[in-house]
Amino acid sequence: MTTTTTKAAVTGRGRRIRMSTRDRVTVVLMVLIPTSVVATLVWLPAIATIVFSFFDWDGFGPFAEAKFVGTRWYVDAATIYPAFWPAIRNNVVWLLVLFFIATPIGLLVAVLLDRETSHTKFYQTSLYLPVVLSMALIGFIWQLMFSRDQGLLNAVLGTSIDWYGDPSINLYSALIATSWRHVGYVMLLYLAGLKGVDLALKEAARIDGASEVQTFFHVVFPVMFPINVVVLVITFIDSLRAFDLVWVINRGRNGLELLATEVTRNIVGEAQRIGFGSALATIMLVISTVFIIIYLRIVMKGDQ
Amino acid sequence: MSTATATATVTANPRRAWTKGRIATHVFLAFMALLWLIPLLYAVMASLRDYQFTAQFGYLSFGGFTLDNYVKAWTTGEFARKFLNSAIITIPAVILTLFLASLVAFVLARFSWKFNIVMLGAFTAGNLLPPQALLIPVFKMFQNIEVPFWLSESGTLLNSYVGLILVNVGFQVGFCTFVLSNYMKALPKEIYEAAMVDGASIWQQYWKLTLPLCRPSLAALATLQITWIYNEFFWATVLLQSGEKFPITSSLTNLSGAFFTDNNLVAAGAVMIALPTIIIYFALQKHFVAGLTLGATKG
Repeated sequence: MTTTTTKAAVTGRGRRIRMSTRDRVTVVLMVLIPTSVVATLVWLPAIATIVFSFFDWDGFGPFAEAKFVGTRWYVDAATIYPAFWPAIRNNVVWLLVLFFIATPIGLLVAVLLDRETSHTKFYQTSLYLPVVLSMALIGFIWQLMFSRDQGLLNAVLGTSIDWYGDPSINLYSALIATSWRHVGYVMLLYLAGLKGVDLALKEAARIDGASEVQTFFHVVFPVMFPINVVVLVITFIDSLRAFDLVWVINRGRNGLELLATEVTRNIVGEAQRIGFGSALATIMLVISTVFIIIYLRIVMKGDQ
Repeated sequence: MSTATATATVTANPRRAWTKGRIATHVFLAFMALLWLIPLLYAVMASLRDYQFTAQFGYLSFGGFTLDNYVKAWTTGEFARKFLNSAIITIPAVILTLFLASLVAFVLARFSWKFNIVMLGAFTAGNLLPPQALLIPVFKMFQNIEVPFWLSESGTLLNSYVGLILVNVGFQVGFCTFVLSNYMKALPKEIYEAAMVDGASIWQQYWKLTLPLCRPSLAALATLQITWIYNEFFWATVLLQSGEKFPITSSLTNLSGAFFTDNNLVAAGAVMIALPTIIIYFALQKHFVAGLTLGATKG
């Protein structure tokens, strides 16, 4: 009777204790039930998406009768489908604006708030408020600003621009609305990160004669490496799955095509194109997987 | 060169003296804060004004204040029904998410198995996948799963509350498992030894010992999850096809017509929909912020 045969051993200061059968059943059920929920609703669909993308299936007959078409849907997407390249371009612009404009603003505000320490409650609250609102609601709140005939922006500027409708600018209007929320989110993450930076480090840099700006870029910012990665990954993934905002504006047409809206259009739209929609979805899956792996490596460091 | 002046500012006790730098910082922050408030304040302003008045005099005028938009939005948008729908979806989803997540988190924190890391990784990653990438299989699966009539009038999981609740749970369990298992790992192991000497079963250790100790992180997660699931738009829009089942977040489209939109009416609707999350944020600010940063910074 060696304890090594026990599958789940209790780690009480390195000692291993055998569990009763009832306890073992409890443990198995405690893991099995939630795991099967996640597996059925997240992991199996992810795999199914990849499989569907290589088949021609009408969605109604048995899948066994579906025809294998290889990479046909991917080729179609890149060559025939008119919304594909605009969607890719828009997703990239989305990412660039969030990454190079909204994220640095959030960081700057966090640094200033952290430095001031007191009397900053009001600033923090107002910058953070948009984060508790849904993206769909944010779309409507900004419609009040952007509306051509009734919007505040045109009333103040004396113009009659259709900010949400004009395909040459509506992407940037949507990005202003998204950034309104993203800045607060990034600010919050960095505020938490800055609180964790050891004061002694800053003090040491100061004694060495480093300016405040130098201290930030050479000491504080590198120390916040894990937060930087989390913010980076959140920015990438949020840009990739941007959907709600453009869907409430015009369902992602006319200048607002995104990968997420194109996938949705191919399943809930007029025609169900399962294989083609899955090919677009698989592209999203592959891109997100890269960032998920980076994220997991950082947040789970030390668990090994 | 410039370092000399910079050092001087740092040494001049930034906490008390109102240096030029500090004043500039406050001016900048105040400017940003006001800029960020404009859309919300403007929505509140617009919601309180009569459409005829603003149509005639423009939005930069003053006057025409009324509460009619709220009454009209509430009745024409069927807000009572839609808020109830949101509650029907959000409350069970949050409870189920926290319950399932705490089960796995307990086992992952309490025992060291070979697959711990893989499990935790798989759970956490699920939360980050783009939901649209899983839409097609989930949609087809729900269309084909038949459920009893009392569970869903449509006869399938598609277009049913149960289906939507399950999808929300599936997506949120990962994040909560990650946060809770980190929290549980920090609990002292000795408490379990004492419990085992007393002959407590695994279930009793989980239910009577661990869960009560996790109250702070459960509160933080509950606050966050209520907001997120209440705000959830994508799954509700695509999985519930009949408008009468829509939660409030997916319902604002009803107020903007196909050819003509009364923005004051939309504003009143937007304010009412925003109110629950803003109240939760102000009432439970501490929990809310703790929940978000808990996930990002490993508590």
